Amino acid sequence: MSNAPRPSGKEPVAVVGIGQTKHVAARRDVSIAGLVREAARRALLDAELTWADIDAVVIGKAPDFFEGVMMPELYLADALGAVGKPMLRVHTAGSVGGSTALVAANLVAGRVHGTVLTLAFEKQSESNAMWGLSLPVPFQQPLLAGAGGFFAPHIRAYMRRTGAPDTVGSLVAYKDRRNALKNPFAHLHEHDITLEKVQAAPMLWDPVRYSETCPSSDGACAMILTDRAGAARAPRPPAWMHGGAMRSEPTMFAGKDFVSPQAGKDCAADVYRQAGITDPRREIDAVEMYVPFSWYEPMWLENLGFAAEGEGWKLTESGVTELDGDLPVNMSGGVLSANPIGASGMIRFAEAALQVRGQAGEHQVAGARRALGHAYGGGSQFFSMWLVGTEPPTT
Amino acid sequence: MTEVLSAPLVVEFPFTRSLGPVQSAFLTGLRERTVLGVRTADGKVLVPPVEYDPGTAEELRDLVKVAATGTVTTWAWNPGPRRGQPLDTAFAWVLVRLDGADTALLHALDAPGPDAVRTGMRVRVRWAAERTGAITDIACFEPYEEGEATGHQITAHSGEFGGETAVTGIVAPARLDYTYSPGRAQSQYIHALSGRRTVGERCPSCRKVYVPPRGACPTCGVATAEQVEVGPRGTVTTFCIVNIKAKGLDIEVPYVYGHIALDGADLALHGRIGGIPYDQVRMGLRVEPVWTDGGRYPDHYRPTGEPDADYDTYKELL
Repeated sequence: MSNAPRPSGKEPVAVVGIGQTKHVAARRDVSIAGLVREAARRALLDAELTWADIDAVVIGKAPDFFEGVMMPELYLADALGAVGKPMLRVHTAGSVGGSTALVAANLVAGRVHGTVLTLAFEKQSESNAMWGLSLPVPFQQPLLAGAGGFFAPHIRAYMRRTGAPDTVGSLVAYKDRRNALKNPFAHLHEHDITLEKVQAAPMLWDPVRYSETCPSSDGACAMILTDRAGAARAPRPPAWMHGGAMRSEPTMFAGKDFVSPQAGKDCAADVYRQAGITDPRREIDAVEMYVPFSWYEPMWLENLGFAAEGEGWKLTESGVTELDGDLPVNMSGGVLSANPIGASGMIRFAEAALQVRGQAGEHQVAGARRALGHAYGGGSQFFSMWLVGTEPPTT
Repeated sequence: MTEVLSAPLVVEFPFTRSLGPVQSAFLTGLRERTVLGVRTADGKVLVPPVEYDPGTAEELRDLVKVAATGTVTTWAWNPGPRRGQPLDTAFAWVLVRLDGADTALLHALDAPGPDAVRTGMRVRVRWAAERTGAITDIACFEPYEEGEATGHQITAHSGEFGGETAVTGIVAPARLDYTYSPGRAQSQYIHALSGRRTVGERCPSCRKVYVPPRGACPTCGVATAEQVEVGPRGTVTTFCIVNIKAKGLDIEVPYVYGHIALDGADLALHGRIGGIPYDQVRMGLRVEPVWTDGGRYPDHYRPTGEPDADYDTYKELL
């Protein structure tokens, strides 16, 4: 043990490697191990590192029932080069990809490890998420509507509360599906998409149309997080973490605001405080947020402080959130264009990092210097977010 | 004190598995009565084969054929086989190092009793009569005392088996048997429902009334005990119109799935709205439960005919 005094404060955390699989409905050509390996290899390649350079692995996925492999992290240790190293699994429902990245980031920030591989995945084709989310519990009335039926009434409440016109949801879906055409990793590539087609799609859970719901995807996303020394060796520009936070609240309680949950507001406020952001609308250049149903874009715009209460839909309607708008949202195509559930949160975090690294390719926002990655899960009860920037943090 | 309810809960699903190249070769091999392993860079042979080297994390694709005979490295007697296990009669779980392999495979050994099993005993594969490309193609192992362990030569294998279609996926049915109990508070709630009364519990700290009750307040973290009857009438706070038929539910679509704040309750419960065309349901609609004989819960809620509730009276319950 060295007797040298440890530096005070947190170690700055840099993203130096990012890897994704091409998200698709079913990857029948690979095992779960093969799927996560593919994303991890691409992240290592991006960082120009090898398995030996990794000190620890932090992995996340949504409920085990989604593939029926109990504790899949145990059998994935070989595929992720984790043998002989610490390996942790994180689980916070749909927000898990975000919270997994934050657990990994905290290991670097706390100087527990120098370089950490973090990864999240879902192979939805191996099971049925709708089944996994609605197990029949004795004595209880069966759930009548599934996941869309859970969220659709809250969307109606948002529409009533704000007076937003019925068309806003379709604008989000039309934008995200067009953005996806510029992202080679997106699941849905609807080349013939038109606003009319989005609006002509059948209502599944009115007010939620088929065209305004996320697909079911197989996919994985990986990132290499490292300290200041690691960032200095990185071959490509890193993304620096300026703030990160998680919050949770019960699924249901008297006084819960499903339209704009308190835990989401608190989580965003914590991130902005860490990052020194006082006016998110002006100071943040791009946002990747977790929007599984189109209407959640205006809802989260308010919850995250980009618009005053009741005003979020106006940003969407006026084109502010378009790829060439003033505050682009879901440049990658978002969850509406690819939803490997456990990975979806990490994809938001990784896409935010790609933007500030200038590595987002065709869906790059020119000059993006600060980007927010956001994830939520469960019955709007788990939130995880990070803010990444081009420059290292100053505090 | 009412009786606390309890009932069996079975969770089962036929999960599918995409095998990837190595497991695909292994299971296709079993179908052809061939056991394949994989060779690592330092010459170790792993059976069953894995895709990635546990030591170095390198990708492994160098398939080899090993023998169908081997040596028990350790074992445990299973006196009472359960459903889905390899044999119906008592057997030994064994780890078998097949001749030519450096690691051991877990399987069942058909033996008359624990006295007939020992570490170091020689065994051989008993192939299933009908093989499909699954680990159960090895029906079990059986004693093979006459077969001395000799230096077995492994041979390289392409992983391909002539014209036969490779096995690329399997179905892995999973089943969990639970005994479920909803606990004291929910049991009382359910008993009250059988008398067509809805009874919640009030939090002694925040005074909110929870329906259904859980025995504790999720925000204050204190136990709740004071019973409060709510309803039967209530207000539709929000809803959606469901157009897709749920598996196992005998309800015609479209139907309305509503959040209903029963009078006196501080959060909404969920239920179906009927007795009104689906496109006429609205937020603020006043409803009451409709019971059917023998139903544990209201079948649905129907309009009471009262004027709609003012938005301000339920907006905090959304």
